[in-house]
Amino acid sequence: MAEEAAVRAQAETVRRLKQDKADADEIAKEVAKLLEMKAQLGTDEGKHKFVLKTPKGTRDFGPKEMAIRERAFKAIISCFKRHGAEVIDTPVFELKETLTGKYGEDSKLIYDLKDQGGELLSLRYDLTISCHSWGDDSFSCPSLALSQVPFARYLAMNKITNIKRYHIAKVYRRDNPAMTRGRYREFYQCDFDIAGQFDPMIPDAECLKIVHEILSDLQLGDFVIKVNDRRILDGVFAVCGVPDSKFRTICSSVDKLDKVPWEEVRSEMVAEKGLSPEAADRIGEYVQLHGGLDLIEQLLQDPQLSQNKVAKEGLGDMKLLFEYLTLFGITGKISFDLSLARGLDYYTGVIFEAVLLQQDNEHLEEPLSVGSVAGGGRYDGLVGMFDAKGRKVPCVGVSIGIERIFSILEQRLEASEEKIRTTETQVLVASAQKKLLEERLKLISELWDAGIKAEMLYKKNPKLLNQLQYCEETGIPLVAIVGEQELKEGVVKLRIVATREEVNVRRESLVEEIRIRTSQC
Amino acid sequence: QGTRDHAPAQAALRERLLGTVVSCFKRHGAAAIDTPVLELRDTLVGKYGEGAKLIYELQDQGGELLALRYDLTVPFARYLAMNKISKMKRYHVAKVYRRDNPATTRGRYREFYQCDFDIAGQFDPMIPDAECLKIVHEILSDLQLGDFVIKVNDRRILNGVFAVCGVPESQFIPACCTVDKLDKVSTGLRGRHFWSWDGCLRLGSVVAVLVEKSFTAAEMGLGAWLVRLLTVVPHKLCLCGLMEAVGEGNILQQLMSFCALQMPWEEVRSEMVAEKGLSPEAADRIGEYGRKVPCVGVSIGIERIFSILEQRLEASGEKLRTTETQVLVATPQKHLLAARMKLISELWDAGIKAEMLYKKDPKLLKQLQYCEDTGIPLAAIVGEQELADGVVKLRDVATRKEVRV
Repeated sequence: MAEEAAVRAQAETVRRLKQDKADADEIAKEVAKLLEMKAQLGTDEGKHKFVLKTPKGTRDFGPKEMAIRERAFKAIISCFKRHGAEVIDTPVFELKETLTGKYGEDSKLIYDLKDQGGELLSLRYDLTISCHSWGDDSFSCPSLALSQVPFARYLAMNKITNIKRYHIAKVYRRDNPAMTRGRYREFYQCDFDIAGQFDPMIPDAECLKIVHEILSDLQLGDFVIKVNDRRILDGVFAVCGVPDSKFRTICSSVDKLDKVPWEEVRSEMVAEKGLSPEAADRIGEYVQLHGGLDLIEQLLQDPQLSQNKVAKEGLGDMKLLFEYLTLFGITGKISFDLSLARGLDYYTGVIFEAVLLQQDNEHLEEPLSVGSVAGGGRYDGLVGMFDAKGRKVPCVGVSIGIERIFSILEQRLEASEEKIRTTETQVLVASAQKKLLEERLKLISELWDAGIKAEMLYKKNPKLLNQLQYCEETGIPLVAIVGEQELKEGVVKLRIVATREEVNVRRESLVEEIRIRTSQC
Repeated sequence: QGTRDHAPAQAALRERLLGTVVSCFKRHGAAAIDTPVLELRDTLVGKYGEGAKLIYELQDQGGELLALRYDLTVPFARYLAMNKISKMKRYHVAKVYRRDNPATTRGRYREFYQCDFDIAGQFDPMIPDAECLKIVHEILSDLQLGDFVIKVNDRRILNGVFAVCGVPESQFIPACCTVDKLDKVSTGLRGRHFWSWDGCLRLGSVVAVLVEKSFTAAEMGLGAWLVRLLTVVPHKLCLCGLMEAVGEGNILQQLMSFCALQMPWEEVRSEMVAEKGLSPEAADRIGEYGRKVPCVGVSIGIERIFSILEQRLEASGEKLRTTETQVLVATPQKHLLAARMKLISELWDAGIKAEMLYKKDPKLLKQLQYCEDTGIPLAAIVGEQELADGVVKLRDVATRKEVRV
């Protein structure tokens, strides 16, 4: 538009004058003119066409969502702390060169920062193992073995040989999100890792114990944690006659078994990936198996597998793991599942995935799996990739699918019609008559100083009814009412919102009274 | 550059710090929100005046033009406008991103936390403003940083001062910027070409009294007018117990509006010792909404406070624990891994924070050493004898006393 162009031209003029260090008065004059033109523009066409939104694939979290998030984080973090984990935080930026080259094709999914004359930076892509698909989109694994870049880099750079840590932070991806399925461009990842050379399977068992505790605490319903081992799968492929070169690609086919029937997987392996039908059939005999210690024993006796070195190693460790899990009391929810394949590129040993089970009341024999909510495994080679001398630090860890969990909790809340509070306020300080603002201010100040969570309305003379209404809307359980009579007597009327009963409490005892009553809730 | 990895000790300290701040916000009934780290470039452009060159922009990768948020106030204004909210009390603790060259010792990094508390809405005057100041006072006291003062001023007063001193209206904002630097620069506005000392003598009524006092203060231009201010601003401030927080003879300062060319806002903001408060822009600036929503709020300079606490900690030599583990489950003899695992599992299931070494047969000494290194206060020892007797030996790491439980 002509006026906008004129404004821009005027702005240019001003800029130029300032640059040329022109006479101050002249600059002032031009600036005033610019202001006037802008004001004109404002009144002429209404507001400038501006789109008010968040970037594509990101969203705001309002108070209700934050309350749910806090509930989830509280359960998760307290579990991590219960197990003695430390927290580290890495910056959201990575040097661009650190990230590119590690994700192969996925590099185009990284957000780059403009070259504004400094280091070339990018936003952190993930904290942990990245090729898991929390959603139903199948997401092919990057061809390079990589994950947990910041953590691995941190270990390498600081020459740390053992640490037990958790890290909760947002990561950034540019893929096209299907928003209803919970995959955004900005999303939380929540990781727990144990790095260090230790006696076998003990830390691995603790990781599984942690997943079990978190999922139980969150009360998301029934779940199962599938475990497998890369070495077992490698062994199975070897004895079934899969050529070395096809290991990875066959792996990703097998991985689909949780969503797709065996027949389809088999035909994909034969038709698309060029596997011999005999080999495919033999694979089918193994990968459809799942069970517990008994299955492990059975496989240890298997004539072919027992001849394969890596399979034996994997099975031996799996047996040890199960013994430990029994001691931890969680084997009820653990399933040794040979179809679990998960991004094997960077895993070197045990792998696991937790899925929620939907109880279908109809005629299904087996509960439907709703999708994975946590996953992880052992990745012993990663730190070595960052270390200048290639020094290895064995690691095992788990990534909690926090976004998926938020979605589930949000849906649950909506369905249940439970009203979730967005504040923790214990008492509203109210006045019954006019001109008591000062008294309210004094009282609320005393309460705050004593650590009581209190609010009051920002009105000089609010109506008592409005104040009580506010309590009901926001879930505040108590009201401390100051009135002229009460002031004279040195008491405060404490009203319980739910029952509507009122007690007169002496001013000095008010704090204690509030504490007692709110701790009972 | 300008960002740092937070080792566990730092992270633990930061967690403690943020915990204190958030519990204060909650005590005052604020609800939390969170916004994306990325904003449309257009949302941020034009809101920060001189600050604009400090915004981190994302490369044009063929989609929307994006930038990293520079503060939490503009996102808040956007949130209010998008959701057509006219009243809200919210806090927001999150990281913001700026490109300035950090002077690391002063604690300004390119990625840093801000803790914002804002009250939006049309209310009876000064009550929410007073609560904001009360919050700052509570936080600074709780953190035990030492003595502090909260400086207060009003944009309208300063504009008035400028006007009567003969400063042209177009110079108001630059004048504010200069005045704002007064606590860092000892020379005042003297000598600036756009106003003169003579101008000050022409002030009338309240403002004249204030300036007069400043002359005798011999510090610089605008002097100690706090007492006078209290007659202008309602005395609510006193009632909230702030009188003692406000010192005397202090230089009042303007709070900066980052919106260079616009109508001034009716707000009072308080400046914290560490960080400047911002006047959030109302919905009508964002464009679509068209309605003004008055806001008042405060931004806590958490990074600066963090630096101070960090230095204090180092100086004191106090060791900050990085975990919260209550007890280490230990075994003195060999082949007792199973017993350790069973016991620790019971403790975890009961919510006790417990750890154990990842060794099948660890030496007792090593286990006790681990407790001392990490600050774990108790050790639950199960040996063959204890297992037979059905007890656990609970050892107090500090005192070395043991009891059979």
